[in-house]
Amino acid sequence: MNTVRLMIVGVGGQGSLLASKLLGRLLVDEGYDVKVSEVHGMSQRGGSVVTYVQFGDKVYSPVIEQGEADFIVSFEKLEAARHVACLKKGGTVIVNTQQIDPMPVITGAATYPETVLDEMTAAGVKVDALDALSLAQKAGSAKAVNIVLMGRLAKYFSMDYDKWIAAIEKSVAPKFVEMNKKAFELGYNA
Amino acid sequence: MKELMIGNAAVARGLYEAGCTVVSSYPGTPSTEITEYAAEYNEMYCEWAPNEKVAMEVAFGASMAGARSACAMKHVGLNVAADPLFTMSYTGVNGGLVICVADDPGMHSSQNEQDSRHYAVAAKVPMLEPADSAESLAFAKAAFALSEEFDTPVILRMCTRIAHAQSIVETGARDERDNRPYVKTPEKYIMMPGNAKKCHPVVEARTASLAALAEDCPFNRAEMGEKALGIITSGASYQYVRETFGESVSVLKIGMVHPLPTKLIRDFAAAVDRVVVIEELDGMLEAHCTAIGVTVEGKELFTNIGEFSQRTVAEVFGLPQKEHVALDTAIPVRPPVMCAGCPHRGMYYTLAKNKVTVIGDIGCYTLGAQPPLCALDSTLCMGASVSGLHGFNKAGNENPAVAVIGDSTFMHSGITGLVNIAYNNSNSTVIILDNSITGMTGHQQNPTTGYNIKGDPAAKIDLETLCRAVGIRRVRVVDPYDLAACEAVLKEELAADEASVIISRRPCVLLKSVKTKPPVTVDADKCRSCKKCMKLGCPAIRMRDGKADIDATLCVGCGVCEQLCAFDAIGEVSE
Repeated sequence: MNTVRLMIVGVGGQGSLLASKLLGRLLVDEGYDVKVSEVHGMSQRGGSVVTYVQFGDKVYSPVIEQGEADFIVSFEKLEAARHVACLKKGGTVIVNTQQIDPMPVITGAATYPETVLDEMTAAGVKVDALDALSLAQKAGSAKAVNIVLMGRLAKYFSMDYDKWIAAIEKSVAPKFVEMNKKAFELGYNA
Repeated sequence: MKELMIGNAAVARGLYEAGCTVVSSYPGTPSTEITEYAAEYNEMYCEWAPNEKVAMEVAFGASMAGARSACAMKHVGLNVAADPLFTMSYTGVNGGLVICVADDPGMHSSQNEQDSRHYAVAAKVPMLEPADSAESLAFAKAAFALSEEFDTPVILRMCTRIAHAQSIVETGARDERDNRPYVKTPEKYIMMPGNAKKCHPVVEARTASLAALAEDCPFNRAEMGEKALGIITSGASYQYVRETFGESVSVLKIGMVHPLPTKLIRDFAAAVDRVVVIEELDGMLEAHCTAIGVTVEGKELFTNIGEFSQRTVAEVFGLPQKEHVALDTAIPVRPPVMCAGCPHRGMYYTLAKNKVTVIGDIGCYTLGAQPPLCALDSTLCMGASVSGLHGFNKAGNENPAVAVIGDSTFMHSGITGLVNIAYNNSNSTVIILDNSITGMTGHQQNPTTGYNIKGDPAAKIDLETLCRAVGIRRVRVVDPYDLAACEAVLKEELAADEASVIISRRPCVLLKSVKTKPPVTVDADKCRSCKKCMKLGCPAIRMRDGKADIDATLCVGCGVCEQLCAFDAIGEVSE
């Protein structure tokens, strides 16, 4: 099968690590060749962060480049727009509608482009936007935005719902399993 | 068992499976996780050393004692450890010794993008370079055997895209082994001129033997495809080549990047019509090809700046660009910032307000260089703030100037600079930003924290006593959340007519042990929109509808902005 490529993008500290851990676990269990790549170091300092997840018969490059991604899962609006050039024609952006101002916007050196999602739609991108923060809070923790988005992503994949749930059970601490299952369900059904 | 691992975790697994028993390292992106994962295996003794030189010497001592040992560091860390490296090349090893070095092409988290392969050539030691996690494990294991067979330290070269990319590895059992016996051998271990003169020819002969091994060792392999194009490459670049061309082109994949094979390269070149060398950073493979008379194309096509990708390869070969979306809107950058509640912020605000020249150092606190604080004047390398300030002052500087350095960086190589300030008597003020952890690399313990790599209690260096012991009489401690105290202490110490140390002490707000306060909020009626609080560069404070506004999901209630507000508009939410 052709390699499926997806990017998880957001702001340092938003929890993309758990999302990629969950996906990695699921995809290895499914028997695919998998590569998951991210840059550590500055990532928890509120900077722009990106994780590349790729799976198929054989994956070579650890990174995804212009026009290659099937999906971009974004924890924040602006970050979706920042990486949209990596999306292939006909690709899908799953985006949390949360807005987090970067420092140049905070200091007034730049303005936040409020209408980026509309622009992306106008440019032919399939934009699947949801308020993942509210859904995460409904599940019990604002930190579950990552799992809400994974729930949403699962709708586009052929893997059984139960396999995702099994991967959640293997990836999070026991006391957070129920809350994360709820978050996943809310994202899936949103 | 099949597992998904980052390259660094696979290296740690390789050390474990090879029966390594001592690992000593200093953290540095992108190498840090090698030692963090190694510490999860109880069969290996692991530690954070104060710096890379100490770490490498610990590994040397362990090897001399007969154990398989390792150390890990980032590329610039190898500069610090270069002194033992060059002579360990002469002594060789007893137990196998592997030096793991992680380069950072593209400088994701580094101050330069030096190519560590130069060290292998200069120190005359073999270097292996894996291209994924499976090879990271296999090469780490094989490096020990190579080290013992050829009586040499072996360098394992990682780079960011291999170190931090997860791919599938097949794990195996640990080769549990006894230490080789230690026998007193002065001519091997005492590198005074008489002995060293005898060792150098041995090193040269060893390199020749390793070069012969390179001709048919499994690390180097020709993967023959079409005849029209042959590519010589290694590491991450190999993956970019395969991503671009699939299995079609012929590839000579080099896994041992020093010493390099000759016949293997000549035969490969003879079997294809055109040879292109693709390597990140410097043209080391290319220079070797040229030296052995093989005509190749290399750096005239591929830059020696930054990291590559499949797009780099496709562009050079003129392949069509992939269709993609381009938005008209400008997307503001999102640089990393000091966290909301970062204890460095209060001190940096005070320094910026007082227009102090700040000689900076390496760590999270380098982020204070950015707007709006713009609090730094220089950042060079680990420890350079303290020694640099001394020079700045000795040159006749009369403006207020300080050095800022974190607790871990101070232990790494700041203390020697402070000894120099005391000994050679400059009226310098050094600020130790003591946040009780090694922050930037993701929270590693260090000699000032009181815990070791396993999180067990350990000896805790008392910074005040240490500074006094080297001859600094004025040592002050201040809480950086208290702006008035910061300013008072700073002014006193700058005015003093002798050297001083200010310890700006408060634990990193991201530490799990730190209990944060409820967020503060802005009373919009009281806010006069003066934007004084915006000067802090706190990511939790922004302007909304002309008034300051605090993001409750980010604010940790440090209260620094509260102290700045002249209109009493910021405070805790009243119940």
